[in-house]
Amino acid sequence: MIELRNITKRFGAVLANDQVSFSVAPGTIHAIVGENGAGKSTAMRIAYGFYTADGGEILINGQPHQIRTPHDAIALGIGMVHQHFMLVEPMTVAENIVLGAEPGSAASLDLKKAVAEIRKVSDEFKLSVDPNATIESLSVGQQQRVELLKALYRHAQLLILDEPTAVLTPQEVEEFFAILRRMREQGKTIIIITHKLSEVLAISDDVTVMRDGKVVGNVKTSETNAAELARLMVGREVLLRVEKPDAKPGSPVVKIDRLSINGRDGTKRLNDVSFEVRAGEIVGIAGVEGNGQTELIEALAGLIPGSYITGKISFEGNDVTNADARRRKELGIAHVPEDRHRRGLLLDSSLAENTILGVHYRKPAVTGPGNIFLDDKGIRSRTEQVIHDFDVRPPNPMLTARSLSGGNQQKLIIGREFELPPKLLLVSQPTRGVDIGAIEFIHRKIVALRDAGCAVLLVSAELEEVTALSDRLLVIHNGQIVGEVDPRAVTNEEIGLMMTGGHK
Amino acid sequence: MKLLREILFPLIAVIAAFVIGGIVVLIIGDSPIQTYKLLIGSAFSWPDGIGYTLFLATPLIFTGLAVAVAFRCGLLNIGAEGQLYIAAFAAAWVGIKFGGISVGLPGAPPVNTPYASLPMLILVPLCCIAAVGAGAIWGGIPGLLKARFGSHEVINTIMLNFIAVALVSYFTQYHYKVPGDAIMQSAEISSKAHIARLGKFIPGLPERIPLNLAFILAILACVFVYVLLWKTKWGYEIRATGQNPSAAEYGGISIRKQIILAMAISGGLAGMVGINEVLGYRYRYYDGFSADYGFVGIAVALLGRNHPVGVFLAAILFAILLRGGIFVDAFTMKVSKDIVQVLLGILIVLVASEAMFRGPLKKFALIKRAKV
Amino acid sequence: MRQLFTISLLFSTLRLATPLVLAAIGGLYSERSGVINIALEGLMLAGAFTAASVTFYASSPSIGLAAAIVAGVAVAVIIALACIRFKADQVVTGTGINIMFLGLPAVLSGALFLSSGSTPQIPKDYLLPTIYQFLERIRPAAFPDWIPRWRILTDVSLITLIALLVVLITAYVLYRTPFGLRLRAVGENPEAADAAGVSVNKIRFIGVILSGALAGIGGAYLSIGQSSLFTRNMTAGRGFIALAALIFGKWRPVQTALACLLFGFADALTIQMQGVAKLPSGEDIPVQFIQMIPYVVTIVVLAGFIGQSRAPKAIGIPYEKER
Repeated sequence: MIELRNITKRFGAVLANDQVSFSVAPGTIHAIVGENGAGKSTAMRIAYGFYTADGGEILINGQPHQIRTPHDAIALGIGMVHQHFMLVEPMTVAENIVLGAEPGSAASLDLKKAVAEIRKVSDEFKLSVDPNATIESLSVGQQQRVELLKALYRHAQLLILDEPTAVLTPQEVEEFFAILRRMREQGKTIIIITHKLSEVLAISDDVTVMRDGKVVGNVKTSETNAAELARLMVGREVLLRVEKPDAKPGSPVVKIDRLSINGRDGTKRLNDVSFEVRAGEIVGIAGVEGNGQTELIEALAGLIPGSYITGKISFEGNDVTNADARRRKELGIAHVPEDRHRRGLLLDSSLAENTILGVHYRKPAVTGPGNIFLDDKGIRSRTEQVIHDFDVRPPNPMLTARSLSGGNQQKLIIGREFELPPKLLLVSQPTRGVDIGAIEFIHRKIVALRDAGCAVLLVSAELEEVTALSDRLLVIHNGQIVGEVDPRAVTNEEIGLMMTGGHK
Repeated sequence: MKLLREILFPLIAVIAAFVIGGIVVLIIGDSPIQTYKLLIGSAFSWPDGIGYTLFLATPLIFTGLAVAVAFRCGLLNIGAEGQLYIAAFAAAWVGIKFGGISVGLPGAPPVNTPYASLPMLILVPLCCIAAVGAGAIWGGIPGLLKARFGSHEVINTIMLNFIAVALVSYFTQYHYKVPGDAIMQSAEISSKAHIARLGKFIPGLPERIPLNLAFILAILACVFVYVLLWKTKWGYEIRATGQNPSAAEYGGISIRKQIILAMAISGGLAGMVGINEVLGYRYRYYDGFSADYGFVGIAVALLGRNHPVGVFLAAILFAILLRGGIFVDAFTMKVSKDIVQVLLGILIVLVASEAMFRGPLKKFALIKRAKV
Repeated sequence: MRQLFTISLLFSTLRLATPLVLAAIGGLYSERSGVINIALEGLMLAGAFTAASVTFYASSPSIGLAAAIVAGVAVAVIIALACIRFKADQVVTGTGINIMFLGLPAVLSGALFLSSGSTPQIPKDYLLPTIYQFLERIRPAAFPDWIPRWRILTDVSLITLIALLVVLITAYVLYRTPFGLRLRAVGENPEAADAAGVSVNKIRFIGVILSGALAGIGGAYLSIGQSSLFTRNMTAGRGFIALAALIFGKWRPVQTALACLLFGFADALTIQMQGVAKLPSGEDIPVQFIQMIPYVVTIVVLAGFIGQSRAPKAIGIPYEKER
């Protein structure tokens, strides 16, 4: 139904797509796999008209077409559900769905007609959602349904889904797959971009594997397996599970006592949470994004104003509930933030300036009377040490952070935090957007830090990561810890159930 | 390569602005060439041209630095105009009240009596501190408003400009003007508060040219800003806040504190204009003395890429234009000195739109590379 | 004190609020689409100067008004090109435009009228009419006493009525038409709008152009409606006060218009007070303090209400697809 031929796309010096070619048969579910940065999203965004290719062509049903804007793609029957939802939060479901194809006339928007039509499509595909609810009030799963409805409302025959299961619990994933199968029966063609091999094997008919911007394999799902796909994705044998010696936990380092956090809009984000993390152990928090993990980590790092918090946080016996971020770092609490571009880096500054972020006011970053002046030599040597110990490439302290790849940026941040050295490490989504080589490296470093006696609190939306790394695993739902499980024994179904509020 | 880009873009913008300005002049009916010759040529004679140009550059260096420092923290300080007025008045006030000056007509009871009569070695620094302090406070207010209430500094600084002018005008008119003086100006400050003209130290430079020690202060201010921003931890915090407030917060930096600090430093720098004007030139507060120094300062900072060296050079350029503007006014039929403001505005828009130049420049660079 | 609050004050308020409403609603179109418009001041000056000059030559306020709209649109196009096409910093660009218009009218008036900033005075007959005057002009001769001489018709400018209509039309357009929906979407989440097939830059362009047109009308009212000539910097910060009203009004048409009325009232009070209000000692309050009032009010309002005000989410950020 759709065929990409020799699609090429450059972003500055990076060749995101290099002669990408593959075809998708109508009425099938086709998976595109590859690790972060392989170029899968780029290729599909070109097909949807978000980007224009530098070379190559796209054929729909055998005919070449120019797709310059999403408008063109939509006209050709292509719909796309993006990794980060494209929804306008304060507007209603109906308004979001009809945006760009509004019923009524130019002088009058007929919302009633819109609502009626939406209900029709909703029923046809069994995607129930209230058309008059605002997006802000919906859960992540419901928002995804709105995204699907958007494409179906515009009569899409080809649906492109970019990492659709990233935000779903295992149960929701099953429901989602049922929806996809229903759509396939109705004659729709589906392309699903993912890096989760288990899902590829479960749902797709065919797989295209991409690596470093090139297509390295086109196989039928029934004729392949996880190991082969992984090998194609990475180019070598892959360790699918991290080697981890047993933990030897010591005394508690941080104790959270009945912690509750209110959001700026007054809703309770974290509700009466208590637990502790001991030295030399990794405590993982599993949960669907948006259930309070972000707030928990930010509160522990000292980034949430005290007026929003009730409860107590103790660190090595001292009450730090009201200590600011600087004080907490001085005490030994390190933080690898989940959004490294927003929180973790000064993108247009050099690696050197980024290495001292958070410790810029004390040695070795400063010198002179009163420690006012920046010590260029001290900063440089610290930066070079981090670059060396954490394999940051390219190894030039004067480069801007922006010029580094996601994996190297993350390694820099981790190196910066590990150098403190920390007594407690708060780390959130450590390998998001990071290539497999860096993922292995980062995992090993975290385990090594644990073995050196540090307490680690790990939040990750990747179930495989959090079960592999944690010594103890807590599950969070709706701002509460709903249970603790043994990461080695628990099944995905059990965790999934807890993540959505069911009980063990 | 990056340095080349930093210099090239402003240069192109300046040339483009002059071209567009030239078209405007042509439409009006005067000769662009003659206009520009007057505009620029007047600056290069010795001693008057260079002397006056450097004198005019002094306040622009101060306001340019002020806007640049604020920019580095992500803030747009449009209030340099108000800050420098308040500062100038403060300097004059100290020069009168602590210089033993009685405001009034001889023989009649005084309108205003002094607090003390301090010696020069104390009075001059006191006046300077008053200027910088007053500017810092007037700049700190919008900083505080933004930090505490989140209200945008652009609107607040502009409002404070109007308020400053009204406030200072009130004090001058009712309390510090010599009765019967037709000009809206304060009484003269004590001679002990004067700072020396450079003519005193440089042979060949007559003392009638108002270029004074404040110019040296301006150079020192450039050095100060450079060291502050790139060599101290405070400067690191200011720059981090300007680049990415979320990351700065993550790094333990208090955004609120930085906003207030940056605006106060900015106001203080703008306030130094008062030193040049009151202590080194008119020796009194003269209502309306500023030839839009605050607004020109924005263009200076932009053109100078918010860096002290750039600010210094851009200030000189604009001083050449300002000085030339007076000549343009006098010697052309239709074009007035307001053309300078027009040029300024065009320049600011062009520099802001630098992306416009990137396209053709890239093509140019590719062609060059291909030729090799 | 009783001298202060009269019916005249009410009409003064309407008169002074009119240019604010026009500029603020203009700003609304731009800002709701995601483009900060700091240049309302410069746009108003452009409209004011053009209206005064053209009306002088053409002896017709309608032509002058039309010219003012064209001028506003022309300047808006420059802003739109810079901010949308070249992704210039919107606040800096707006500031540049404002500075440009501190000087450009003076340069042009110097050339046209050999004056240092003002345009020549325009005879009363050629100024923008009040509602009564407008009705008079269009009434058929057969109905001589058709229009009652109510004060609300004789003391209120036609432009004020137009401003009111603009507010109502905007309220409708914003929430009940496809264009309004797209405008709001573009300002909140331009990526979502783009993904839905809406041209983000086109909508933003239209928003900025509309702000130019409306601010131009506001400026024209200042020079040929409320006054009879153009003087240097006659806007005196009104463009910024309009912005403050927009923020105070939470970027919603009716609330913004009410905020403008509030500011108009403060302005009217200021004028009323000069010479009338006295200190306890019996002396006149120095005029400078009265002059300060509108500006202080703006600061206080901004500080007091910004916390509850939520700007369009994507405002100020040029839209770039390729990351």
